[in-house]
Amino acid sequence: MAASPDSGISRIGMGPNMSGAGKRNSETGAKKARVGRFWAIRGELSRRDYLLIAFGSFMLAMLGWWGLSVSGLVPRLFLPTPLDIAERLGHWYADGNLLADTQISVFRVTAGFLLSALMAVPLGLYIGTYRPVQAFFEPMVEFARYLPAVAFVPLVLLWVGIGEGAKITVIWIGTFFQMVLMVSENVRHVPAAQIEAAQTMGASRREIVSKVILKSALPDIVDTLRITLGWAWTYLVVAEMVAANSGLGYAILQAQRFLQTGKIFGGILVIGAIGLLMDQLFRLFHRRAFPWLHKR
Amino acid sequence: METPKIAVRDLEKVFFTKGREFAALQDINIDVRRNEFLALVGASGCGKSTLLRIIGGLEHPSSGQVLVDGEPVFGPGKDRVMVFQDYSLYPWLSVIENIRFCRELAAHTRINTISDSATAVDRSYALLELMGLEAVKDAHPNELSGGMRQRVAIARALMSRPDVLLMDEPFGALDAQTREVMHDLILHVFEIEKCTIVFVTHDVEEAIYLADRVVVLAPNPGHVDSIHEIDLPPPLERDQELKLSTDFVEQKRAILHRIRETTGVQRDLEKLDRLTKHLQETHA
Repeated sequence: MAASPDSGISRIGMGPNMSGAGKRNSETGAKKARVGRFWAIRGELSRRDYLLIAFGSFMLAMLGWWGLSVSGLVPRLFLPTPLDIAERLGHWYADGNLLADTQISVFRVTAGFLLSALMAVPLGLYIGTYRPVQAFFEPMVEFARYLPAVAFVPLVLLWVGIGEGAKITVIWIGTFFQMVLMVSENVRHVPAAQIEAAQTMGASRREIVSKVILKSALPDIVDTLRITLGWAWTYLVVAEMVAANSGLGYAILQAQRFLQTGKIFGGILVIGAIGLLMDQLFRLFHRRAFPWLHKR
Repeated sequence: METPKIAVRDLEKVFFTKGREFAALQDINIDVRRNEFLALVGASGCGKSTLLRIIGGLEHPSSGQVLVDGEPVFGPGKDRVMVFQDYSLYPWLSVIENIRFCRELAAHTRINTISDSATAVDRSYALLELMGLEAVKDAHPNELSGGMRQRVAIARALMSRPDVLLMDEPFGALDAQTREVMHDLILHVFEIEKCTIVFVTHDVEEAIYLADRVVVLAPNPGHVDSIHEIDLPPPLERDQELKLSTDFVEQKRAILHRIRETTGVQRDLEKLDRLTKHLQETHA
């Protein structure tokens, strides 16, 4: 039986009287096939392999960082070691401020984000559904989204004062306009056939909006919210750096004054970790709420 | 004479795109009889889908009108349910929920007595059985093949017992074998449900096999070229062999000739001939 590496692997493998050479050939063939599968364009990867590689990339980044700061190529002050940062975070936690800072920051982000979402989802739904509403709001929103949210901080302080309202307003300015446009885009992507089928079944306009358009666009809208939540964190830090006396952003700014680079890194990492956690929660919610999208 | 179920009168449709006028339909007059299966065929661009959408009320005519039971149509209505080629099912609903979708709508539940609801549940199960969907009753549309999805779409359309079923190339995205199965299924449904069907397709064989009459539309601008009475055994006595019979082939030939005559196919062939000659000469 001829067993070239190119012939079907399973057929070779099942040969009853395989010669030694045939076996070797089939092994290299199988290896080739494995490599081919691994690097397949838009290929499949088991969940275990995926997590392994993802974990590996984190470890690699950590190692590179560690090596760089320990080697002395970069001064420790500029690039503290992971251990320095862990130590800093420990102090921060022991002082009792880390939890409080995190809590207030999470509260501000959540409040600003929810306020944005509660306003942007209905508005986006109507902009994407009714042309006159689109004509009224969309050009305005397109303009507003290019207004630099950061530059609004002094104005916001004037308008709303320095209380919690100021931070929430900055987050709102930073996220609301983008969110409206993205939600309206999600709504416009609802297939026309879904809407028209409902129309010919006698659905009223209100029924089409609530029973077809909203339901159909909801998974995409949840994805939009997940993405905009990341931006909410960016604007939180901006707001806290300019006008706050608590929160993770404020702590980072304070650390800068005292050149505590370890704490700056720690603050950044904490925000990153919370962001990743919230993102994963959103993904979990997406899987639970829209199961039909995740089974195929 | 009995009033036609659907009467299309002096219908005209003009589209405006980028400042230009485009006459999609002109001088259309068609009567669809009660309980008739009418097929609209024609080359792409002849406006057959547009005509169907106007009958469905999804688009408005530029002039002329559509009458259903003598009453002019001003918009979509539950008496004229449309079946689309694809993407019209609700992916968040299961098969049975999709079929029962119309029961969620106020237009179908104004007189929602207990016996009414019970009848509806019975009907949804009867349709499930008729369409061969019992096994996938709780599946979601994206778990189904294209053919099964169209079965659900048809069952959903039939749920409210519409007088008129409008079908816009419903099997256009299916493979040939699935199509054949769907043809026999739809003939069966037509026999049981006794509704009026207007069916748009570019597949002449499909049109002849299914319809009582075939209307050939010609493009530039879309107009009725010819209407062909189809003379075939009654729906339930038809089978796939019929498509090979002399009678069937003759009718197919006649309609195909009409369609070719009305389009640029002939000219394209001449152009191809010239090109082939040119290539042969350059290679020689």
